[in-house]
Amino acid sequence: MSDRREILNKKQIDIILKRLCHQLIENHNDFSDTVIVSLLPRGKHVARRIVTKLENFLGHTINYGEIDSSFYRDDLRRHSEPIIPHKMKMNISVDDKHVVIIDDVLYTGRSVRSAIDALMPFGRPKSIELLVFIDRRLSRHLPIQPDYVGKVVDSIDSEKVVVNIDANDGDDNILILKS
Amino acid sequence: MMNNLSVNHLLGIKYLNKKDINIIFNTADNFKKIINQPIKKVPSLRDVTIANLFFENSTRTKLSFEIAEKRLSADVINFASAASSVKKGESLLDTVNNILAMKVDVVVMRHPNPGASVFLSRNINSSIINAGDGTHEHPTQALLDAYSIREKFGEVASKKVVIIGDVLHSRVALSNIFCLKMLGAKVALCGPLTLMPKYLDDLGVHYFSNLKEALKWCDIANVLRIQLERQDVQLFPSLREYANVYGINTDVLESLKKEITIMHPGPINRGVELTSDVADSHHSLILDQVENGVAIRMAVLYLLSNKSN
Repeated sequence: MSDRREILNKKQIDIILKRLCHQLIENHNDFSDTVIVSLLPRGKHVARRIVTKLENFLGHTINYGEIDSSFYRDDLRRHSEPIIPHKMKMNISVDDKHVVIIDDVLYTGRSVRSAIDALMPFGRPKSIELLVFIDRRLSRHLPIQPDYVGKVVDSIDSEKVVVNIDANDGDDNILILKS
Repeated sequence: MMNNLSVNHLLGIKYLNKKDINIIFNTADNFKKIINQPIKKVPSLRDVTIANLFFENSTRTKLSFEIAEKRLSADVINFASAASSVKKGESLLDTVNNILAMKVDVVVMRHPNPGASVFLSRNINSSIINAGDGTHEHPTQALLDAYSIREKFGEVASKKVVIIGDVLHSRVALSNIFCLKMLGAKVALCGPLTLMPKYLDDLGVHYFSNLKEALKWCDIANVLRIQLERQDVQLFPSLREYANVYGINTDVLESLKKEITIMHPGPINRGVELTSDVADSHHSLILDQVENGVAIRMAVLYLLSNKSN
C-alpha cells in the first residue's frame, strides 16, 4: 500500500525559491566572487530555477556549474550495479571563490560529503556553503548541516521525499511517499 | 536503469553486446573529463587490487592500463614474464593462482597465446581483462578506436572504415571488425592478400586490393603495423615494396580530393605504413586514440571491478 501526501504546492515552492534567492543575495551581493554548483542529477532543477531568478534580480549572469560526485561516493562498490555518473557541466574554476552547493534533499549527508570531494579538483574554494530545498533533519549519518533551507521535514526512513521541481517553471510539488 | 555489463570479464568484443559498449562509452565520457581536470585522480577503486600480467612485450597498453588504474586509486602490481618464474617452467595457471593468493581483485593480462584469457576466466574467480591474446583479440584497443571515431564524428553507425595492412596477424583488426560492425559501421580490409585472414566473407567485410580505391571509399583509415615478429614465412617481397604499394603518404591523400581520418594503434613504423608527415598531420587521430585509451580503460576497470566484489 502506498500513501502520498503533498507538503508543498507550486505557489508555496515559488515563495520559498524567492526567499532563498534573497538570502543568497544578502550574503553574496553581486555574486562576482561566488560560484553556484548544483549536485547532479537532482540538484540541477532547483539550482537552475534559483539561478534564473537570481539573474533576473541582479540583471547579469552568474557563475554556475553542475558536478557529479559518483566517483567519490563511499558506497560505490556496495551496489549490485555500478553507478553510472551523469555528465558534468563544470567549465569554471572555483579557485579562491565562495561556492554554494545546491541539492534537492539533504538526507544522510553522504552525497554532500562526496560533492565536496568532487569539487576540490576544480580549485581551492575560499568557502563552501550548502543550500538544500528539503532538509530531512532526523536522518543524518555525518556531521553536515545546510546554510540555506527551503523546508525542514521530519520523516522516518521508510518514507520517501520526492521533490518535483521543474527547471523551466513547470508543475511543481513536494510529496512524501509512504511505502 | 540497468547499468550492468552482461559479462564478468572483458575477454573479447565478441562476448559483448551493443548495450555493453554504450555503457562503457558513456562511462568513459566522464573519465575523459576527469583526466583533463587539474587533479586527475578519483578514489573510486581505493580498495581494489589489480595485477597487470604481461607475458608479452608492451609499452603503450601497459602504461595506459597502469595510468588508468592509478587514476582510479587502485593498488597496482606489475608482472613481466621476462623477469619471472615463468622462465623456470611454471604454468600459467600456477603463476596466476599464486598472484591471486595475494588477494587480487582484477587481472589484466597480455599473453602470446590466443585464448589464454578465456582459459584463465574458466579457472579463477577474479575479473579478467584481456590486454591482447596472440592474434585473437585486443578488446580495449577496439573500444578506444570506436570511441575516438564516435568522438570525432558524433556516431559510429554508417561510417566507412578501412583497416589497412597486416590483418592476418592483428588482434587489433579482429576486435575492431567485431566492434565497428556491432555499432553499425561499414568495414573493409585492404592489403596484400597474403596478409588477409581466411574466411573473409564470414567476417562480413569488403576487401580492396588497391590502396587508392580503399581510401576513396572510406571515411576513416585504420592503419596497422607489419608484425614481422609474428611472420615465420615471407608473405611479401620486402618492406620497401610494401611501403611503395600500401604505404600512405601526402601525395596519396591529396589525390583523393576529400578529407579522410587516419588512425593507428601504434607502434608506428614510420616510412612503412605511414610517412611521418601523414602521422603528424591534422588527418591523424593517433594521439587522441592514446588519450582516449586511458579513459576507456578506466571505464572498463570501473565497471568490471564492481563484479569482482
